[in-house]
Amino acid sequence: MTQVAHDETAFAPPAEVEEVELYHPKTFIGKYIWSQDAKVIAIQYSITAIGIGLVALVLSGIMRLQLGFPDTFSFIDPSSYIQNVTIHGMIMVIYLLTALFLGGFGNYLIPLMVGARDMVFPYVNMISYWVYLAAVLVLVASFFAPGGATGAGWTLYPPQAILPGTPGSDWGIVLMLISLALFIVGFTMGGLNYVVTVLQARTRGMSLMRMPLTIWGIFMATILALLAFPALFVSAIMMILDQTIGTSFFMPAVVSMGEQLDYDGGSPILFQHLFWFFGHPEVYIVALPAFGIVSDLISVHARKNIFGYRMMVWAIIAIGALSFIVWAHHMYVSGMHPYFGFFFATTTLIIAVPTALKVYNWVLTLWKGNIRLTVPMLFAIGFIFTFVNGGITGLFLGNVTVDVALSDTYFVVAHFHMVMAVSPILVVFGAIYHWYPKITGRMLNDTLGKTHFWITFLGTYAIYYPMHYLGILGVPRRYYANGVTDFIPESAQSLNAGITVAALIVGVAQLIFIYNLIISYSRGKEAGGNPWEATTLEWQTPDTPPKHGNFGDELPVVYRWAYDYGVPGAELDYIPQNQPPRPTSTDSEA
Amino acid sequence: MAIAIAVVILIIGSVLFHFWSPWWLTPIASNWGMIDDTINLTFAVTGFVFVAVNGFLAYVIIRYRHRDDKRATYEPENKKLEWWLIGLTTVGVAALLAPGLVVWAKLVDVPEDAAQVEVVGQQWHWSFRYPGADGVLGKVNSRLVNEDNPFGMNPDDPAGRDDILVRGNELRLPLDEPVKLLLRSKDVLHNFAVAQFRVKMDLVPGMVPYLWFTPTRTGKFDILCEELCGLGHFAMRGHVVIDERDDYEAWLSKQVTFADTLKQTKGDAVAGKILYGTCASCHGQGGQGNVALNAPKLSGQSGWYMTGQLKNFKSGVRGADENDPYGQQMAQMTALLYDDKAISDVAAYIRTLPDTPAPTTLESAAAKGAQIYSTCAACHGSNGQGISAMNAPRLAGMSDWYLVTQLNNFKAGVRGSHEQDKYGPQMLLMTSMLKNEQMVTDLVAYINTLGKPE
Repeated sequence: MTQVAHDETAFAPPAEVEEVELYHPKTFIGKYIWSQDAKVIAIQYSITAIGIGLVALVLSGIMRLQLGFPDTFSFIDPSSYIQNVTIHGMIMVIYLLTALFLGGFGNYLIPLMVGARDMVFPYVNMISYWVYLAAVLVLVASFFAPGGATGAGWTLYPPQAILPGTPGSDWGIVLMLISLALFIVGFTMGGLNYVVTVLQARTRGMSLMRMPLTIWGIFMATILALLAFPALFVSAIMMILDQTIGTSFFMPAVVSMGEQLDYDGGSPILFQHLFWFFGHPEVYIVALPAFGIVSDLISVHARKNIFGYRMMVWAIIAIGALSFIVWAHHMYVSGMHPYFGFFFATTTLIIAVPTALKVYNWVLTLWKGNIRLTVPMLFAIGFIFTFVNGGITGLFLGNVTVDVALSDTYFVVAHFHMVMAVSPILVVFGAIYHWYPKITGRMLNDTLGKTHFWITFLGTYAIYYPMHYLGILGVPRRYYANGVTDFIPESAQSLNAGITVAALIVGVAQLIFIYNLIISYSRGKEAGGNPWEATTLEWQTPDTPPKHGNFGDELPVVYRWAYDYGVPGAELDYIPQNQPPRPTSTDSEA
Repeated sequence: MAIAIAVVILIIGSVLFHFWSPWWLTPIASNWGMIDDTINLTFAVTGFVFVAVNGFLAYVIIRYRHRDDKRATYEPENKKLEWWLIGLTTVGVAALLAPGLVVWAKLVDVPEDAAQVEVVGQQWHWSFRYPGADGVLGKVNSRLVNEDNPFGMNPDDPAGRDDILVRGNELRLPLDEPVKLLLRSKDVLHNFAVAQFRVKMDLVPGMVPYLWFTPTRTGKFDILCEELCGLGHFAMRGHVVIDERDDYEAWLSKQVTFADTLKQTKGDAVAGKILYGTCASCHGQGGQGNVALNAPKLSGQSGWYMTGQLKNFKSGVRGADENDPYGQQMAQMTALLYDDKAISDVAAYIRTLPDTPAPTTLESAAAKGAQIYSTCAACHGSNGQGISAMNAPRLAGMSDWYLVTQLNNFKAGVRGSHEQDKYGPQMLLMTSMLKNEQMVTDLVAYINTLGKPE
């Protein structure tokens, strides 16, 4: 499309696909349980993801108790500690963030924002959720299996993951891998839906370069996930075989606990390459939807068009493409051929350029805006600040030389929590405060929202900013106890105690958010159809919450890009995407 | 408004924290000062970006806050500005990357005169191998690893005969001489890391990664495993001592070669019986122990452990702490064992004594101890039988009161904190999981229920 998207234009091509009559559910079960409505599936995904995410939050609290007060809590032993480390990481990355951004926001927003009645394959979409739920249940079941959940770290590196000496090396790891395989099967069904819906079901006039960045982010992340998850899938299958029938895909000849094992000829490094071939795009699977959503939050609440829309789209595409050739920066000290370091350091630092551009454009969107400091905007600003910090430390770790000193220390823990835990989760919160009125018809409570924001934003910074300095000192990660060393001073323990206190406060403060979600559902202020005065299609639905089929009798027709805020001469400070161009502007001049 | 102020405070706070932080790079002890330079350069460049971007953010929030009578400026794009920003960012990134790659090129280029030393990792110990007089490390194979050949040396390779084998967590290197460490793992991934050297690298079973550095100051530095290697990961520690050349050579000459280990003879139980006469007065004729005399049961304990502990007592590694009166007593008694042969003889005799389970003295619920013991089982075996490859002695059927005393000694640092103690420090760390008296009692009560080895 050579059309410059933001020019006011009547362009809206004829409909290519005829509208299909939807089958509306008639029973309670059809409507809310075995639902094929993307919006209901979105809520099912979100509730499950947040539920299991709260479990992971509790696990992190237990870890912090041990780190902050190592001689106090008798229920934390070295085994349970690394089990908590493992399951916390796995849940947060896969079962919470990936599921919530794609299964949750993707399902809710894609059809609404591109002007479709539903996902293209509603039945497959329904199955996707139930397989995801099964994956979550298998994961939870592994807690109760003999030996408990796996304690191999979320990276599940063999040989350690399947050898004694690691908790859950029998049942725990197998259930974990089965759960991952299920997750990937479920995700693939959903993911194909998201991609096809974006490509095929956009309404008239919704050209690709008129799509809201939210959709661009989710769309690109889904493509990444569809390409990256298979690498994890095959790794999971191979490791299950190594563990159960004694194949040697990842297992060389080893002597475990003084006993010669039958494995021979496999490569632990191969697993790491496969894992990170998935694992690095995974970072962007979480980050790109966050980038997209936060762009829209900033534009709407700053009442200003997104700055450099086309550059933002190309940045998303460039980041997505580059994310497939940077994976081995997780492996600088893995023992792989050292010459890889030159290549992967270079690609990794190149990816900083489009990423930095996105940050500039968010700030430049605020620049000369008319900023409403609503709760979603607060979270968006919190995101920018946190993401700048987390992105910057990526320049340390991506640069192979610097990484050699900082790898496997708390610097890494602090970095990835800033960049792919706190940053995306701030966007998740902002997005929920933003779209909750559309989903429920009611506003979330503002005071509770602000309280939640301040504790979360300041609290997480208090947790992770000082943590970098423990890493610079050289404190290793994944240690149950630091014990006595020649270089970790007593003061490091005081810092750890402080971090723990901050972490517990932040953790408990999330109850404010949960409480707000529940209480506002019945008592929140009536929202109306478009409380934020936003331009995108989901705010233009005839009903709020939107009914099955989203747009009533007729699908909207799109005449403009998603960011017509503050257009000179316009009546209001925003023009919805489906508002036809005024015939007057040229007529009156004539 | 509050958010803009918060952003400003966080910027200032972060910068001040950076300069005032008591936590910073450890004083360097290797030639890799260049790594510190790249870190500092990265801090300078990114610190500027951090302040500039967030400072501008705060300014914008204040300057363009909502006013009812105003509208935002409509400016969809500004190609020139965007390309300028892309250009400047690219320059900044290149400025960080280029020095990084230059230093990396040095890191991967090992000097030809670097000495080779092999680091061997296993769950959860370090050991080390030096090439010996011929300067060549002999062939090894993990299939050859067993109790008598923990390094997996190939006895048919003549180059291996003079290899110097150092078991027990201490690496020594000469000052100012470049060294290439070859990293070999017997079981899972490990990572050799010394904070003061800056360099680290994984040990990977099936291959031999390496790293190199030149130590630039003498001293003793901790070796930490920094790749998760199971539940004892945090307790997988050792240390490296950097010596002047002469001291280093004096130390090296005292270490055993592979050929020495082949020559080592088994203890002589007949000779040991005579020596045991003295021990019997406290530990009993049958080695059954005597709680009244604070003498634990000896019979049934493995020879390698008995030998090691007797040597520890004799050399003052164990029993020198003033809070360990019974240990001190034992240390004096070991003076009667005049040399290593006497020690292995007496240990050999103890192996012949009848192994009847020691009477239990604890009244406690064993069930609670089972969960705690699952951690101990990783080294001591699920039946408490002891695993020599893990340097873990037998626990089951031994004197329970003694286990309690020793666990408390480890917890208090009375045992295991001597500089020369090879494996004690690990127990020091592991006992940190026993957070109160009750846990110790529960644990030992559970150990009492464990099956007796055949």
